[in-house]
Amino acid sequence: MDLIWDGIREAFRIIASGDYSVWEITIRSILVSGTATALALLFGIAVGATLAFNEFPGRNLAFSLVNTGMGLPPVVVGLIVAIALWRSGPLGDLRLIYTPAAMVIAQTIIAAPIVTGFTAAALRSLHPRLRAQIYGLGASRLQMLWLVLWEAKLPLLAAVMAGFGGAISEIGASIMVGGNLAGDTRVLTTAVVLEVSKGEFAPAIALSLILLALIFLVNLILTTVQQQEQRS
Amino acid sequence: MSQPKLSLRDIRVRRGKAELVRVPHLDVLAGEVLVIVGPNGAGKSILLETLALLQRPTQGQTLFEGQAVEGRELALRRRMAVVFQDPLLLRRSVADNIAMGLRLRGVSRSARREKAAHWMHRFGIAHLAKRSAPTLSGGEAQRTNLARAFTLDPEVLLLDEPFSALDQPTREELLDDLAQALRDTGVTTVFVTHDRAEALRLGERVAVMMGGSIRQVGTAAEVFAAPVDEEVAAFVGVETIVGGRVQSLADGLATIDVDGAAVQAMVPSLASGSEVLVCLRPEDVILEPAGLDSHPTSARNHLRGTVRRITTIGGQVRVVLDCGFTLVALITKQSLEEMGLGVGAEVVASFKATAVHVIPRGT
Repeated sequence: MDLIWDGIREAFRIIASGDYSVWEITIRSILVSGTATALALLFGIAVGATLAFNEFPGRNLAFSLVNTGMGLPPVVVGLIVAIALWRSGPLGDLRLIYTPAAMVIAQTIIAAPIVTGFTAAALRSLHPRLRAQIYGLGASRLQMLWLVLWEAKLPLLAAVMAGFGGAISEIGASIMVGGNLAGDTRVLTTAVVLEVSKGEFAPAIALSLILLALIFLVNLILTTVQQQEQRS
Repeated sequence: MSQPKLSLRDIRVRRGKAELVRVPHLDVLAGEVLVIVGPNGAGKSILLETLALLQRPTQGQTLFEGQAVEGRELALRRRMAVVFQDPLLLRRSVADNIAMGLRLRGVSRSARREKAAHWMHRFGIAHLAKRSAPTLSGGEAQRTNLARAFTLDPEVLLLDEPFSALDQPTREELLDDLAQALRDTGVTTVFVTHDRAEALRLGERVAVMMGGSIRQVGTAAEVFAAPVDEEVAAFVGVETIVGGRVQSLADGLATIDVDGAAVQAMVPSLASGSEVLVCLRPEDVILEPAGLDSHPTSARNHLRGTVRRITTIGGQVRVVLDCGFTLVALITKQSLEEMGLGVGAEVVASFKATAVHVIPRGT
């Protein structure tokens, strides 16, 4: 029991003092996963809307692929991105392996199917004739898209939460393509793994608490927005 | 004669192998209220969405003021307004919903407010302006929907069964308000419904649509009094439709043999011996108990028959008679009680020769 209580007490001291670069690692985590979520949103909304609004052969197959992608193992994504970015790999000339950019790429690939699946489901939950009505009001294509996304904004916020949660919690891909380099590609999850492997539980607990707080905070903000929307 | 505002030429709409709509020719005249009436599944909604430029036909051409619409759909959609059965309001305030169409057209905020306020007032929803649309009742939502369409000052207003989901009293009120708004604006209107009463109430011209095609277009009176064929007749409320043969003809008055009974009807030009369909609306039939002294009336037809079935519908009673052929009469509850009619009773059914509509067979 002492191990746990001492660990937690020490963890709070570390968080307060900023030892072990916890804040630098936290900010990097937010930047990397935030960028990946934003990119995943761009992709997910475009593809999700296309899937939800168009009848085409292979649509069911596309939905199955997206759903499979929602459960994509990060280790596999890491492996594929690592091979692609490896110095001798097809994109090796870009020199991205072991950089934050490589981590953004991997996390985007992990989050994109999640956002796509949520977006398609959100848009499909709208009334099937809503688009016709919006066109009937005189909307252009872009105006129509903007209005239906606005209509579906509550479930779309869930897509953001799920996408960000998937990206920031992921570890396998980040280690493989980022390399967990101190001061460069070390993020919360990879730092936790490192500290535990060294038997340093206090900093691992500190970093985990920050990670949990971060996910909680993002969900709290978005849930509050949802609640306010529903009330109005 | 007014110019056509919207026209359809050789329109076909297919889904897979099924041909859902086929309309060789339809004009919506400037300033008229055209009602498209027909049973569910007749293709009315598809036709309306085609007119609204929301659906591209598989084949054929849509013309706006005589010009093909291709390439200027958005600009033309902005000169029209569409109202569907479901109000399909956005999750915003009533006022925002009503002003949305103008906002999409880039109209200034103050002009939007002014227009929206006017039509909210007209449709009696000014007090709901700040309410969130999802909290409205069905009637309030449909009022908002109508106000949203009129706010656009459309040149063409297209309505698809706007009152079908509403209860009877709400529907009556809204029908009145809509009729008034249509009269005041004089907007060219296409109103789709399966309800014959709504068609009669609103339509200057009525098009009957069945099985994907338009069977008859004419004034409401023409279509309801003189349906072109058996199916249209059944749909517009003619309950007695029986086959017969013209026996003799004098001064436009024909005697038609219907399963042994002689029916007299006014027909313009038919050869003796022609096969015809005899149509009679139930409200045009008068019933009397049999065995009373006959007295001369202007009704040419007096057929003796037996009551086979009596059904009460609201305050009215539908009486099915066997006069050699099946004849349906609609009478009041009071008449039924006064005459003491029951199943098996003998009665005389009277109707004027002019109430009988004759359709030549094989057209």
